[in-house]
Amino acid sequence: MDFSDINFSLLIASLIVAATPILLAALGELVAEKSGVLNLGVEGMMIFGAISGFIITIETKNPWLGFLCSSIGGMLLASIFAVVTQIFRANQVASGLALTLFGLGLSALLGQSYTGIKPVAFPDMHIPILADIPVIGIILFQHDFIVYFSIFVVFLIYYLFRNSHFGLIIKAVGENHDSAHALGYNVILIRFFTILLGGALAGLGGGYLSLVRVPQWTEGMTAGAGWIALALVVFASWQPFRLLIGAYIFGGITLLQLNLQALGLEINVALLSMSPYLVTIGVLVFMSARRNKNSLEAPKSLGKTFFGL
Amino acid sequence: MKIIKICSIILSTFFVSSFAIASDMKVGFIYIGPPGDHGWNYQHDVGRKAVDDAFGGKVETVFQENVPESADAERVMTQMALSGTDMIFATSFGYMDPVINVAKKFPNVKFEHATGYKTADNVSTYSARFYEGRSVIGHVAGKMTKSNTIGYVASFPIPEVIRGINSAYLAAKAANPNVEFKVIWIFTWYDPAKEADAAKTLIQQGADVIMQHVDSSAIMTVAEEEGVYAFGQASDMSEFGQNAHLTAIINGWAPYYVKRVQQAMDGTWKGGEQTFDGIGAGMVIIGKMSDKIPANVRKEAQAIADGIASGKIHPFTGPVNKQDGSPWLADGEEADIGTLLGMNFYVEGIEGDIPQ
Amino acid sequence: MLKIEPRKNRSNFLEVSAPVIAVILTMIFGGFLFLSMGKNPFEAIKLIFWDPIMSPTFSEYSRPQLVIKAAPLILIALGLSFGFRANIWNIGAEGQYIMGALFSGSIGLALYPLDAWFIFPLMILGGIIGGIFWAMIPAILKIKFNTNEILVSLMLVYVAEQILALASVGFLRNPEGLGFPGSRDLSKYPSASNPELIANSGIHVGVICSFIAVVFLTYFLTYHRLGFQIKLIGQAPKAAKFSGVNVNYIIIFCLGLSGGLAGIAGMFELTGPAGLINIDFNVGYGFTAIIVAFLGRLHPIGILFAGLLMSLTYVGGELAQFMLSIPAAAIQVFQGMLLFFLLSTDLLVSYKVSFNLGTNNSNPKSKSE
Repeated sequence: MDFSDINFSLLIASLIVAATPILLAALGELVAEKSGVLNLGVEGMMIFGAISGFIITIETKNPWLGFLCSSIGGMLLASIFAVVTQIFRANQVASGLALTLFGLGLSALLGQSYTGIKPVAFPDMHIPILADIPVIGIILFQHDFIVYFSIFVVFLIYYLFRNSHFGLIIKAVGENHDSAHALGYNVILIRFFTILLGGALAGLGGGYLSLVRVPQWTEGMTAGAGWIALALVVFASWQPFRLLIGAYIFGGITLLQLNLQALGLEINVALLSMSPYLVTIGVLVFMSARRNKNSLEAPKSLGKTFFGL
Repeated sequence: MKIIKICSIILSTFFVSSFAIASDMKVGFIYIGPPGDHGWNYQHDVGRKAVDDAFGGKVETVFQENVPESADAERVMTQMALSGTDMIFATSFGYMDPVINVAKKFPNVKFEHATGYKTADNVSTYSARFYEGRSVIGHVAGKMTKSNTIGYVASFPIPEVIRGINSAYLAAKAANPNVEFKVIWIFTWYDPAKEADAAKTLIQQGADVIMQHVDSSAIMTVAEEEGVYAFGQASDMSEFGQNAHLTAIINGWAPYYVKRVQQAMDGTWKGGEQTFDGIGAGMVIIGKMSDKIPANVRKEAQAIADGIASGKIHPFTGPVNKQDGSPWLADGEEADIGTLLGMNFYVEGIEGDIPQ
Repeated sequence: MLKIEPRKNRSNFLEVSAPVIAVILTMIFGGFLFLSMGKNPFEAIKLIFWDPIMSPTFSEYSRPQLVIKAAPLILIALGLSFGFRANIWNIGAEGQYIMGALFSGSIGLALYPLDAWFIFPLMILGGIIGGIFWAMIPAILKIKFNTNEILVSLMLVYVAEQILALASVGFLRNPEGLGFPGSRDLSKYPSASNPELIANSGIHVGVICSFIAVVFLTYFLTYHRLGFQIKLIGQAPKAAKFSGVNVNYIIIFCLGLSGGLAGIAGMFELTGPAGLINIDFNVGYGFTAIIVAFLGRLHPIGILFAGLLMSLTYVGGELAQFMLSIPAAAIQVFQGMLLFFLLSTDLLVSYKVSFNLGTNNSNPKSKSE
């Protein structure tokens, strides 16, 4: 077998780029789920972020503003979900699915006159000196700002849940909203916050798709990325660093599959494509089987509506 | 009084049917995706607009986008027929059985189904010999590659796609004996991110010309960024890659649509016909060739296109062996249509296997 | 501050009027949406809500179509609603629907072209087994390892979709299909086809089944001991355990019921309206059914109406699209709005909302953050 055609440092560099949208979206979902909110509308928020960012970038020729607006777009959509599930106490699963439907439709509607346009390029940042290190330079230090930002968010969320008081409150709300409420925390407000944060990150992920990774606008261009993000959160058992690794594995499997095909190897595409989900189920079982390790399990109040106030 | 007046206006818009149509004929189109995809559906919509323009107010066109290839297709077509549509163009392979079913219920409505093989008294099919176009761009690709590696992003392992790969390969090989094809199957017609990934992978593995048989323009965008060449699929995609875009295979449905609608109006339209047209009839159009292609190559490509159009050249002319080395076409022999329509093998020289 | 407390007596008036309010709100907002696109809002809304049922041109065809489109939604939602009542969250009905179709399709295709009476019943059985099999995975994992069934069932949807793709380009591909993906057309294979019960209406066995299921499950929920236990687990899990309800049994039952019904829905759809197994065979019924279950307030009769309403927006939405050239996206937005309004107004039914203008300082800690 001849693997010399595969340039592994380029492969790793591009899997980092390929994984960034789902990484961002999954990070947002992670925070929301930690607070006990299961938002199945990730796909809808992502694609709405993709079109919001794209429109602004085209109109202002400023991709930075575009990224800002893609996260605002994601947040706007998330706020609908927040209002419906937190104020009107509607079921989260059903509302999330409705949000995906709504987001896909609205983005297609807004994007009608934006097909066939190319956005202003978003520059890569060649980090001085480091970028010139052979192999590692290509893999790690020649990416654009958003890639670094996504990794920064990983650290930030790690810190949030590890060391901060606020992170503890979010976790308390997610584990048992009734006792959190009894302790005097405003469950609704905290969940509002995490839902909006989730929306902002999902929107940013979508913006990365339409502004950097593909870069163009086409209807339905997320093509299921939001659902993968949902799987990823579970795969990572709600740990930010595992999420990072998981995102790169998910992205890596796809790219590796393409690389092996280009080498002319016979591989079973369907089996390989379903493997991340099977592994996710395996991880899930493994985590829940270790009963004493509470922190690795799903938040206890996940998906449940809080009716007190 | 005023309120009553307003109410009556509202009520009248509500209940008075506004379906009275002044045109002589109503033609419906159903698309598998959005016409804004800049690919397959976009070109069918171009064809629809050509019908609008050609007949002025005499023909009214309606369309429905994002129709899944399932029970929904049957319902959409039935509702169109009920609304008084005289002719329906169903523009995706998977509408085949629904078209036949609906056609049975509406013997007076004329149906045209793209890329299928089932016909009836009021159903005709049409399809384009895209492999003719692939032969032309295959030649260009063979001449333009410096690394002698051409990447090919393919959708599903179906005869139509395999035919395209073989045709492109034979032409590229004839133009450049050292050429090598790398094929990636992505098992979707439309997923911009996945298409982009596949193109990037091919480029990383040394391909400097990318061909595609998937629908979005993502590959062109990637090629532009990475500084390699690519071809427009279904539409001219030069706006996505000013430097990368060499030429395009454009689906030219407009002449066929206008012709068939005209025949329907004249009463000369016939069902049960199977049209399989190529460059000659204008159903496959070779787009504008880029200045990046040397003049002599442009000329050669044009000569191939003209030769195919006039019937002097057939893209599949022997001697050609199958991938396993067994003979397929003898010297000078041209492929028969049956083998082409059911093609399930690579020709000799292409590496890798067709996934099953 | 907004104050929300459960109603002691659910008011019949609100039960009925809440969805009506939601529909009216959707009409108003949707009307503005259509107006902003330069379309006549009255005509658009009439096409969506009125014409499929009443218009002389379409209704004869559309009325049965409404039921046909609603049938799989109702079947799946009915099964899901039992689990949802007991806080067992199967959101992978889409996968169970696919597996039901694949199992029954494999049986039918394996016996092709045998002509025998037992093939169709055997396929129904296959559909049920396929769906149950796929639903038992999260059920057993939940019982054995306490694994979250929401996530497992969702993951299994993706796996089922890949198996479907594998089947349609591989092991179930039609050998006479010129190499195109997709299986033989089962609706054209008499022994396996889902027969049309009323000539030219398209009404098939699955539609009847879904109505029977509504009646049967209404009875079951109201009068059967298990129905009572399911309600109890949802409302008071501790009391349920105390009174000796076997929770594991309920988990198996609820997931099995929803999986079986989703599988049978997949089977009827495959052998009837869809005809063949293809990559795009599943069109999201499993997910839409979740919404239908909630719109129907988890009650069989409610689900019947919710399924029909949902189906109306599909069929009517299609009319609005090609009659007025409204893009499919606008219809999607319209549907999304309707769902949000319906889900939101539900609050009024089960809870009493009041404004409390007095001092309310129960949350001092959250402010310190």
